[in-house]
Amino acid sequence: MAQRADPVTRFAGITAAGLTVAVVLAACVGIASRAAPGGFGPGDGAAIRFTVIQALLSAGFSVLLAMPLARALARRQFFGRSVLVLLLGVPFILPVIVAVIGLLAVFGRNGVLNAGLSALGLPDLSIYGLHGVVLAHVFFNLPLATRLLLQGWQSIPTERFRLAAQLGLAPRAVARTLEWPVLRQIVPGAVALIFVICLTSFAVALTLGGGPRATTIELAIYQTFRYDFDLTRAALLSLVQLVLAGGAALLALWFIPQVSIGGGIDRVAQRWDARGGVQRVGDMAVIALGAAFLLLPLGAVILRGLTGVFEMPAVVWHAAAVSLQVAVLSLVVMLAIALPMAGWIAGKPSGGVEAIGLFGLSASPLMIGTGWFILMNPIVDPVTLALPVTAVVNALMALPFALRIIVPRLRDTLRDYGRLSGALGLGGWALWRWVLLPRARPQIGFAAGLAGALSIGDLGVIALFADPDRATLPLQMYRLMGAYRMEAAAGAALLLLVMALGVFWACEKGGRWRVAS
Amino acid sequence: MKHLALAALTTFIAPTTAQADTPVLTIYAGDYFTSEWGPGPVIEAEFEKVCDCDLQLSTGDLLPRLLLEGKRTKADVVIGLTSDVTAKARATELFAPHGQDNSALTLPIDWTDEVFLPFNYGHTAFIFDDTRMADPPVTFDDLLNMPDDIKIVIQDPRTSISGLALVLWVEALYGDDAQAAWAKLAPKILTVTKDWSTSYGMFTDGEADMVLSYTTSPAYHMFAEEDFTKHAALFPDGHYFMVETVAKIADTDVPELADQFMGFVMSDTFQTKIPAANWSLPSALPQDQWPDGWAKLDLPEKVLFYTEAEAAAVQEKAIEAWRSALTQ
Repeated sequence: MAQRADPVTRFAGITAAGLTVAVVLAACVGIASRAAPGGFGPGDGAAIRFTVIQALLSAGFSVLLAMPLARALARRQFFGRSVLVLLLGVPFILPVIVAVIGLLAVFGRNGVLNAGLSALGLPDLSIYGLHGVVLAHVFFNLPLATRLLLQGWQSIPTERFRLAAQLGLAPRAVARTLEWPVLRQIVPGAVALIFVICLTSFAVALTLGGGPRATTIELAIYQTFRYDFDLTRAALLSLVQLVLAGGAALLALWFIPQVSIGGGIDRVAQRWDARGGVQRVGDMAVIALGAAFLLLPLGAVILRGLTGVFEMPAVVWHAAAVSLQVAVLSLVVMLAIALPMAGWIAGKPSGGVEAIGLFGLSASPLMIGTGWFILMNPIVDPVTLALPVTAVVNALMALPFALRIIVPRLRDTLRDYGRLSGALGLGGWALWRWVLLPRARPQIGFAAGLAGALSIGDLGVIALFADPDRATLPLQMYRLMGAYRMEAAAGAALLLLVMALGVFWACEKGGRWRVAS
Repeated sequence: MKHLALAALTTFIAPTTAQADTPVLTIYAGDYFTSEWGPGPVIEAEFEKVCDCDLQLSTGDLLPRLLLEGKRTKADVVIGLTSDVTAKARATELFAPHGQDNSALTLPIDWTDEVFLPFNYGHTAFIFDDTRMADPPVTFDDLLNMPDDIKIVIQDPRTSISGLALVLWVEALYGDDAQAAWAKLAPKILTVTKDWSTSYGMFTDGEADMVLSYTTSPAYHMFAEEDFTKHAALFPDGHYFMVETVAKIADTDVPELADQFMGFVMSDTFQTKIPAANWSLPSALPQDQWPDGWAKLDLPEKVLFYTEAEAAAVQEKAIEAWRSALTQ
């Protein structure tokens, strides 16, 4: 491997990774400094078990269902496709409470689905239970899985498909020789990522799980921090969460096979293998089903919000501006960490270190927030730093997504152009400027959009200590709900949805602007 | 560009310096309290009229924040501590006696606490919509014996104060049979939510027939929306009493101002503002002086309440009865 270009910005990458670990570890130290002897509480064992089971099922189903959807989207060009792909990303960035309301409008007791069933004389379906938890998590994460897979499909150069068509390969053979090798690279990482997201789920799991049977580790952490104030148990539970997440990540990332399908000349993909009528109908059916599943609940959120928009007090707009600032800051912080880290990881033969990126996501935001509160309190009033801390925590949460999106592209780029760049003496900043950034721009835009949108939708640590005048939009929405203003809150939820989508769209567009592929 | 950056920076970093000449009274309050539609702004405006000071509200999780800050806390007064957390708050030894006359309180229970002063109260109750539910339960037993297709939504006692009040309510009514009562109720529980807001949203959306909330919830619909279809199902067995308190920090650097605020809490100005701003009942105001229409609100005749020490003794058992009955 000596001929590979010098590991890109190795020093910066290691520094960024070190910073990420330091932020989380410092929070742990903060909490440990205040912990007293203690142990797990009753029901913690059951909570850990349930957490793992639902996360496994959710991750499995999300990726499994994403495969046909991503494949159909990759093979078909139709009117409105780009809008659809954009909209399909929305569930992922919705605040949980908004998503729950949307899901219940479709799958709830009074929802569209049960109305349809009873019109047909069929018995009602109940969404509450383990299946409801998995359904909700698939709703959140199917879009992410689809986007990750779609990105993989689109990385197969069209020349390969042309060659396959010339060789007269049947669709099955195309799948085996071209599509499967790419899937094998993406699926483990996607499963691990979604597993970790679902590991920290709490309000959704409880509400759709139907009661205390659906208690997750994160709920127990919340309880220990906010009610029992048992920091020892909180630290223990956080540790369990970190170990589970870290284990999953290492397992998945270490085994990602390194397969190269070679570079192309960035032509628009044409699929000679998928011209058959049956495949066309099948693809369109998959797309229609996927779109209905993801867009109907969103439609419900929009409908509810439309009447509420006019009842929103002025402070909601102020909160929207604050949220936008937090989002921009969080996006910048995320890129500052993610780019050097991605470059470093992409230059390494194995992807195991990417697991570090998952650190921030798998640590409970409540844990990080509380830990830093303890650390900062003797030095500076934590309330004055509530927004920057929120932005940094949000950035850390978005980091693993960004890495998962950017690393494969950088790795391919280095594989295809690394030797040439090395021969030309390109390295460090010049390599970024002339080779990596131009080729990874769509991925960077996507990752930035995701980080910004996630930050807008996240209630985050701000709820722990906020200045009343600097509330973010999600916090303001919760306050409206807490004051019975359900309609105005629905309006705020719609505004949130539009803003998150706007940020996502702008970043994505910026990434793709004047990019040929 | 520089100005923009500066403006962004000043929005990010909250100013902590106030004008030097006016004394500042810092009050920690629950998150809902300070929002525009909560009681905070009107209380602040009214108090500043009489105190010649700057009242600054600071929000967040009250108890965790106090526990984390300890002696370093900047608070002079803390408002919004509920009776289920006062024991932990008291143990911090951060608080001084409130100095007010407890006999001036008009609560349905006797209040003897010298540190935590109630400023509003309410009771747990199940709320229903009379257009969707013709004959609501009239006793708690009735509720347990409802047909299983009537669905209620409640809050988790481990993450929500109203949820905790519910398990204490069941404990007070059924004692050692609490777990059996929960088992009877279980098929009717559509789901359990993390917080009150999600539950209440599910009720107003028609997803659930009844919701665990407060006896004062119909007041919001009556006075703010002119909607008279929402009612609290009142049971002669009694309803669990919920109270929010205000307390003074012992180490405050503005003790006179803090004392003045404690007195203000007991004043008619404060008390008459509470109902419509907080959607709860005033703690020191005879019923005939309540704002228009409030005296007509249906309220329970009997209240159940565990003192701080009693609650601490039964809380774990009550939650465990709930948890084991609902996980069966």
